[in-house]
Amino acid sequence: MSKHLIELVNIRKSYDGEDALRNINLYIRDGEFLTLLGPSGCGKTTMLRIIAGFVMPTEGQVYMEEKDLVSIPPYKRRVNTVFQKYALFPHLNVFDNIAFGLKIQKLPKTEIETRVNEMLELVNLKGYGKRWIEQLSGGQQQRVAIARALVNRPQVLLLDEPLGALDLKLRKGMQLELKRMQQRLGITFIYVTHDQEEALTMSDTIVVMNEGVIQQIGTPTDIYNEPKNIFVAKFIGESNIVPGEMLEDYKVRFYGNVYECVDKGFPKNQPVDVVVRPEDIDIVAPEAAKLTGVVRSVLFMGVHYEFRVECADFTWTVHSTDYVPVGQNVGLIILPDAIHIMNKSVTPDAMELSVEDEDIDPEEETEPEEEI
Amino acid sequence: MKRSVFSYPYIVWMVIFILSPMLLIVYYAFSSGGALTFANIRDALSSETYMPVLLRSVIVALEATAICIALGYPIAYLLSKMKKSTASLVSVLFIVPMWMNFLLRTYAWQVILDSSGILNSWLKAFGLEPLHLLYTEGAVMLGTVYNFLPFMILPIYTVLIKLDKSHIEAAQDLGANGATTFFKVVLPLSMPGVISGITMVFIPAITTFAISRLLGGGKYMLYGDLIENQFITLGVNGWNAGSALSFILLVLVVISMVIMRRAEREAGEEGSKLW
Amino acid sequence: MKKLKSFFKGTYLALMLLFLYAPIAVLMVFSFNDSKTMGNWKGFSLRWYEALLSDATLMNALWVTLSVAIISATVATVIGTFAAIGLHSMKKAPRAVVENISQVPVVNPDLVTGISFMMLFAFIGLTGGYTRMLIAHITFNIPYVIFSVLPKLRQSSNSLYEAAMDLGCTPWMALRKVVIPDIMPGIVSGFILAFTMSLDDFVVSWFATDGIQNLSIYIYSIARRGISPKINALSTLMFVAVVTLLLIVNLKSIREERAASIQNKKLTAR
Repeated sequence: MSKHLIELVNIRKSYDGEDALRNINLYIRDGEFLTLLGPSGCGKTTMLRIIAGFVMPTEGQVYMEEKDLVSIPPYKRRVNTVFQKYALFPHLNVFDNIAFGLKIQKLPKTEIETRVNEMLELVNLKGYGKRWIEQLSGGQQQRVAIARALVNRPQVLLLDEPLGALDLKLRKGMQLELKRMQQRLGITFIYVTHDQEEALTMSDTIVVMNEGVIQQIGTPTDIYNEPKNIFVAKFIGESNIVPGEMLEDYKVRFYGNVYECVDKGFPKNQPVDVVVRPEDIDIVAPEAAKLTGVVRSVLFMGVHYEFRVECADFTWTVHSTDYVPVGQNVGLIILPDAIHIMNKSVTPDAMELSVEDEDIDPEEETEPEEEI
Repeated sequence: MKRSVFSYPYIVWMVIFILSPMLLIVYYAFSSGGALTFANIRDALSSETYMPVLLRSVIVALEATAICIALGYPIAYLLSKMKKSTASLVSVLFIVPMWMNFLLRTYAWQVILDSSGILNSWLKAFGLEPLHLLYTEGAVMLGTVYNFLPFMILPIYTVLIKLDKSHIEAAQDLGANGATTFFKVVLPLSMPGVISGITMVFIPAITTFAISRLLGGGKYMLYGDLIENQFITLGVNGWNAGSALSFILLVLVVISMVIMRRAEREAGEEGSKLW
Repeated sequence: MKKLKSFFKGTYLALMLLFLYAPIAVLMVFSFNDSKTMGNWKGFSLRWYEALLSDATLMNALWVTLSVAIISATVATVIGTFAAIGLHSMKKAPRAVVENISQVPVVNPDLVTGISFMMLFAFIGLTGGYTRMLIAHITFNIPYVIFSVLPKLRQSSNSLYEAAMDLGCTPWMALRKVVIPDIMPGIVSGFILAFTMSLDDFVVSWFATDGIQNLSIYIYSIARRGISPKINALSTLMFVAVVTLLLIVNLKSIREERAASIQNKKLTAR
């Protein structure tokens, strides 16, 4: 589990003088489920295509099992891709689509047949071999695309927004199925998505990217609980982000109040950003808290309510399962482990990016120039 | 390896056999005995024989185009209103003559209009005076319309059947009667088809020389005959003048294409990729 | 009122069809006439067909037309298909230049295309009439192939090519096994278009060639001297050939469509 299967060293990729990727250093362990997460145009697909061999990096090296991969063409790499819109061959039926790679390898006919049938079974499409691609539903096409890649027993499976074209319910089902497949086959998955929820449910490791730069690498829990900067905090889940100062270890002040926290190691009076997740704030009676405000709006979200609580300097977003009517005065309690301290963001443009960006259609993320 | 490499053989071919012949025309149009000059163009433009022919050709082509629209639009419209199965059959009937060799189509009229031809023998049978039909301007017009009519019907028909029925229904819903719907909705929306029909009729009609030779008997010279004459009859000696005439024709074509493109853009993008 | 209207509509279409077909019908009928003049019917005869078949010049012209059509359409299809594939993956600016120049033979009046070939061939000293005609036909055919293949390429997903390489194809194999089968309909219609353009061409051949006659040139040179029943016979044969060809092509596509719809019904019924 700890062997480095793929390593990207100092990768830079520029199109017509503009950097699509900068300063990329990343290793991928054998057998892990790694997700490249970020908004449209953040460079995640370019990175995937560099690993697949469709794009040459402008600078830097890619190693696979310590061998330089850059000069090896895609058809000689032991990686296979599940394409964004599946890229199934319309002139071949399901069986021949899946058998395509094996036929290229000139395997004996009987072996091809057993392996394709195994795959059809794995993706729950037994008996569909003779169907044409256009006769399949989106979800079925998706399974064929996965089978077509997996049948070649790649060391790494690359998945480029594979669930983007499916509706919500199918997507949830496929997420579980993909994860199950990955664990059963023990193959390394590199998964590109702009959907943070998807990333959080499936991944062992998440690489958050923005504007061609890696923002943070970590486990889903790390990324969620300890975002490194404003971009990550805003992109993953909802959060309240407020400016503050680190008075000393374990003590932070924002909006005039001093709070206990679990962070240390900052210089005295260092300006920082303070992140508090909405579900980590408790609503209490106004007398019981040092932070008080008025409930301005309530939205029922299914499992919980989402409140906007207007305090003196800031309107907090709070999630709670208990109902409080609009207009009521409330107190807000923020416990030490709910507070997460970040260094002031160095990339000012990250401020501009709000969570809404994650809904941008992935199709817009087209690569400027084809290379092969 | 970049995939664009696959187009290199063609690009070489294109430079040798498309680009350089066109450059030759330009070169000969603007040179005389190896020296660059505007004399050829000036002579052609001020010639008392050439320009009337050009003018007449343009008028004949315009008339032929107009007749083709007048005859062809109703055909295309009626076809588009038919049931799909019958329409596809009948439209094939209108296309089949296009597949006949263009000279045979022209020759057919020669046979009909000839002084000892079918029409005249029928007239004789009814005791009427034979008419002088062949080798007239009317015969040239008839031949031109006959040859190019299918090229007008097809693009209009293609646009009309692709028309969104909901536009027509919307017009009727808003209270337009049949004629108003046609003139305010159907006709404007089918303009791209009409325009591509015009391009397919007008330009070939200006430059045709076989029709005027076979049905006009060489008496009614059109611009195409003029150019042909320079090259075939005069040989190399006619290259400069012929190239100048061709160059003028090209300018004319470019101008009419620019006008068409603009009209097409105004009429909507739909018809631009019909052919 | 409604009946009257549809009567007029029907009559108009019938008249127009009559206008289009009457001349062809007249040619066909009089090709069987046992007389040199067209005016009157002197009885049924096949003498013009005999004369036609024993006319060595004509047979030669037929051979030239057919062989030039087949060779030029084939060469144009190969060059044009690869050109389209290359163009499709080119950068915008150079692609626009090449596409625009490729439009030249399509929009240029045939007359100008013809004389430009004539001048070029004289200029470079190419004398073989057959080669001249072949080169001219290939040249004006390629754009038709390119412009019927390009839309298919645009429809087809670019990732098909990548998917093929991802599954182990070399670029060449990816083209052969995936890209070309996928754009096959465009290639076929490009070939048919090129073939018919070549068959029908008169003007370009007239100027480009030198001392060689194809059917069009043959017909022109005879028709210029007045009418000849031999040409009537030729028209009849060509018309029958064209209609038969169209029927075969259409029947085949109709049959395929029907087979596909039956297949679909079976599948949905399952």
